Amino acid sequence: MSLIRYQAPSGFAWPTLGRLSNLRDELDSLFELPFLSNFANQTQLFSGWTPALDLYQSNDNVIAVVELPGMRKEDIEISLHEGMLTVSGERKHETGENGKAERSERYVGKFRRSIALPTRVDASKVNATYKDGILTVTLPKAEEAKPKKIQVNVA
Amino acid sequence: MNTTVRENRNGEGVQREQFVAPVSSVIEDANDYTLQVEMPGVNKEGLEISVDNNELTILGRRSLPTVEGTLVHRESRSDNFRRTFELDPSIDTGKITAKIEHGVVTLVLPKAEQVKPRKITVA
Repeated sequence: MSLIRYQAPSGFAWPTLGRLSNLRDELDSLFELPFLSNFANQTQLFSGWTPALDLYQSNDNVIAVVELPGMRKEDIEISLHEGMLTVSGERKHETGENGKAERSERYVGKFRRSIALPTRVDASKVNATYKDGILTVTLPKAEEAKPKKIQVNVA
Repeated sequence: MNTTVRENRNGEGVQREQFVAPVSSVIEDANDYTLQVEMPGVNKEGLEISVDNNELTILGRRSLPTVEGTLVHRESRSDNFRRTFELDPSIDTGKITAKIEHGVVTLVLPKAEQVKPRKITVA
């Protein structure tokens, strides 16, 4: 009878063990694991879906870019209230009648995302477009919030 | 894994590209599997789908809207999407169809004829 040392099964497959030069990279990539990198987004466990939102500012506009894949245009709602931009909506369940969901990571249901705008905007001129699952909301700045050049007059 | 790193070591230059694994869902019914993968910012031109042996790889390159102005707040990631799925042997790989709509890729993976449920009539 031969004795073989017990090897504890490792919790995860150690990637590319042979390539030591990449060891550091692999370790780095571990920190990109879903439960670590998305930790901030894990609030969705409690409050549903929080779509990623980017905010840009130019001289004339404030632009919000929101990732909303797989929505219907009609199901997206944008509102503006006291300097807060709110994007909300609902993603409908698309399963066929006979289909049974086998494994789903996609969020289905209502969502709501708000962000405070850095300046005052003209609510009557807000424009929104939806393309490739990305919503772009352009909010023109209110006249008083735009940067102005002041002419110096020579007396 | 959320991020996969693909490396091409040719000579001295090391090129690396980082990918994000997109969120997906699989629905099975009698005739096929429907695979949906979320890739916001990817359109038809940026999509690459390949089947190698029993592995299906979906690669989505983002073409993000160009926004004039300076970024003041960021939550999105600019990495491209890549994810590999292992296919069940019952899938007829020659008949896979794909479409992309509003940043969601939908693939229909039909089951091979011999594994579909069928009724046998008694003579």
